[in-house]
Amino acid sequence: MKLTGAQALIRSLESCGTEVVFGLPGGAILPVYDPIIDSSLRHILVRHEQGAGHAAEGYAHATGRPGVAMVTSGPGATNIVTALADAYMDSIPMVCITGQVPVGAIGTDAFQESDTTGITMSVTKHNWLVTSAQDIPRIVAEAFHVATTGRPGPVLIDLPKDISNSEMEWYWPDESDFDLPGYKPNLRPHPRMITQAAKMIVQAQRPVIYAGGGVIKARASEALLELAQLTKIPVVTTLMARGAISDDHPLCLGMPGMHGNYTAVTSIQQCDLLICLGARFDDRVTGKISAFAPKAKVIHVDVDPAELGKVRVAEIPIVADCKLAIEELTKAVTALVGASSKEDFWASKPRLEWAEQIATWQHNYPMVYDKSDDSSGVKPQAVIETLRSLTPDDTILVSGVGQHQMWASQYWKFRHPNTWVNSGGLGTMGFAVPAALGAKVGRPDRMVWAIDGDGCFQMTAQEIVTATMEQIPIKIAILNNAYLGMVRQWQEMFYEERYSEVYLSPDLPDYVKWTEAMGGVGLKVESSDEIENTIDKANSINDRPVVIDFRIDATEKVFPMVPAGHSNDDIVVGPAIEAYFNSLSKKDIKQ
Amino acid sequence: MSQRHHVLSVLVENKAGVLARVAALFSRRGFNIYTLVAAPTDDPRFSRLTVVVDVESSTLEQITKQLFKLINVVKISELDPDEAIERELALLTVQADVNTRSQVIELVSVFEGKIVDVGSDQLTIMLAGEPSKLDGFEQLMRGFGIIDLQRSGRVALAKLEIGRPKLHSVTGQAN
Ligand SMILES: Cc1ncc(C[n+]2csc(CCOP(=O)(O)OP(=O)(O)O)c2C)c(N)n1
Ligand SMILES: [Mg+2]
Repeated sequence: MKLTGAQALIRSLESCGTEVVFGLPGGAILPVYDPIIDSSLRHILVRHEQGAGHAAEGYAHATGRPGVAMVTSGPGATNIVTALADAYMDSIPMVCITGQVPVGAIGTDAFQESDTTGITMSVTKHNWLVTSAQDIPRIVAEAFHVATTGRPGPVLIDLPKDISNSEMEWYWPDESDFDLPGYKPNLRPHPRMITQAAKMIVQAQRPVIYAGGGVIKARASEALLELAQLTKIPVVTTLMARGAISDDHPLCLGMPGMHGNYTAVTSIQQCDLLICLGARFDDRVTGKISAFAPKAKVIHVDVDPAELGKVRVAEIPIVADCKLAIEELTKAVTALVGASSKEDFWASKPRLEWAEQIATWQHNYPMVYDKSDDSSGVKPQAVIETLRSLTPDDTILVSGVGQHQMWASQYWKFRHPNTWVNSGGLGTMGFAVPAALGAKVGRPDRMVWAIDGDGCFQMTAQEIVTATMEQIPIKIAILNNAYLGMVRQWQEMFYEERYSEVYLSPDLPDYVKWTEAMGGVGLKVESSDEIENTIDKANSINDRPVVIDFRIDATEKVFPMVPAGHSNDDIVVGPAIEAYFNSLSKKDIKQ
Repeated sequence: MSQRHHVLSVLVENKAGVLARVAALFSRRGFNIYTLVAAPTDDPRFSRLTVVVDVESSTLEQITKQLFKLINVVKISELDPDEAIERELALLTVQADVNTRSQVIELVSVFEGKIVDVGSDQLTIMLAGEPSKLDGFEQLMRGFGIIDLQRSGRVALAKLEIGRPKLHSVTGQAN
């Protein structure tokens, strides 16, 4: 069967299971947009290509399946670079199709020509420039394979216009037809390493599991729960792993790192065995690396060999898919301990003391904030806690980047994997609105809320128009502090309150009117007693986007905090937690 | 951990843009390339890059692992300088007038080089050999006046050991 390259591309996307494409057309990709009309694909027309990229990421976060974005050459391609870089940092599977000028025009500075494969080389797992229409099915199949296997990531296919228009003979390849001689991800853990790791786990007196985004990507939540419950080892979940184990689980210690809670941070510092599963010792987790978990031996599981030894040298490095490795660890530990004595085994004196120590930290330094004075605006933490209590368990929470993101991660109770969508590695302001849109498209059955900053919102708010047009009922809570709040916090704490270019204004733009102009429902909350009603109202709207402008206390800061470059031992719990600790009567303070 | 030169023999797919990917990776990760030679192999599907880097061994491990993540990189072997045959080629044009010409020619023959072009008071010399030998020759020629110099960068293969090449394969498949 003869097809044009454009038809072959669309049919290849369908063959790879694509249901939705986020994109925006233009000259060089025009031929591909024609067969979309006759295809099974749902195309969502975004208002800016960055939005297409983040929507594809949101879709991937929420579903675990690759997001697909399609844009034109030149400015279309450069506009999506931020989203590719974001997906690359957070290992999000994504396939991006870009139009390109005709092959003969490449290199001539043709209209809307850009060196897209060159520009995106360092922010994609791989990219392809198609030079023959006959290659299209194979390249598309390879692209999905590379994006979703091993360490997932974004890939890009650059498709010149004349290739889209030329003819090819249709076929559908299988993996044996792939031309990827250098790509063989190693998924199976080495049995010897597993045995050694299991021995360490059995012998450890103060172990902690450090779970990262790899647990979510590998769909290893259940396996993790089983290992943690078997060994009674507490689990910290990084910013990328929130929800990998439920925050309600007694073994879940919450988020570690720069804005992690006291117990999560300190238990890592004090542990004698750190079991790192699909995490990468990011500087936001480790603080000063030489002072990170100084007493710990490290077991490090990652599917990407380059992560092993990159930052911290592990005693036991294990290259493997997280799920397979965790399952093997559970088996090996079970075999070592023997079924009969299981329960007693983990009740050794040092292990009981460790559990007691952790409980003591949790008791003495819980996540609390000053609820008493809301005269200068509602408390952001109260907004998040109330929102949590008024939304279903499996609500998908999306966030932007800044203070609101940290509060969301700290105060939301995550109860399922793939319910937290945020930009961790790149820290991309403007992520939330389009990512929420993508998440809702992927999981229309779920309620999707975004917690956004006023600064972030202004970067990509135009995608609310997309949401209205496409009837994607996302809900957005702007924590409006009239500031680039996270930057303000650093200027307050580290630059003697010299505020430089961080003030935005609470009323400009008027978020309610702006939302209404984009076809959504705009609501505003100015005092604490309106929080609940307004959220209820937003929850009752299911046919269009809703935005709530929460006027929050601009002086509220994110605590605890480890100042950049400091050891995690220097954690500053902040005035509220300190006051709480001091209010504990002597006999209440656990030692 | 010593700061010393390491030779990586990198088998890559013979596809457009592969050299750019390798070079971009070195620059993005902040690694320095000392020399890099790219050439086809006996199999038209692949090319071989011989990359010399001056780094600590821990950095070398990162370089090889990151390189191996490139989809077009098929195999990486680290050649231990003590276990490898390394060769380099140099072309030099040196000042050699009637007064110095015979001295230059004598040195060329001591170093087993070849005079490949002759001008009225200049000679162009070709010299192949171990990089250190080229360094020595270059230094000697400086005394006469080097007009132009082009070195090829190193190529290397593992020394044979009882008929079997001894390769320290570091293709990223850890443990
Ligand atoms: C695209 C981009 N530009 C700049 C930054 C640096 N930055 C990090 S947080 C932040 C402030 C975000 O302000 P807002 O969205 O209002 O959130 P808040 O911190 O006030 O909650 C800035 C400017 C960034 N992360 N991303
Ligand atoms: Mg703000």
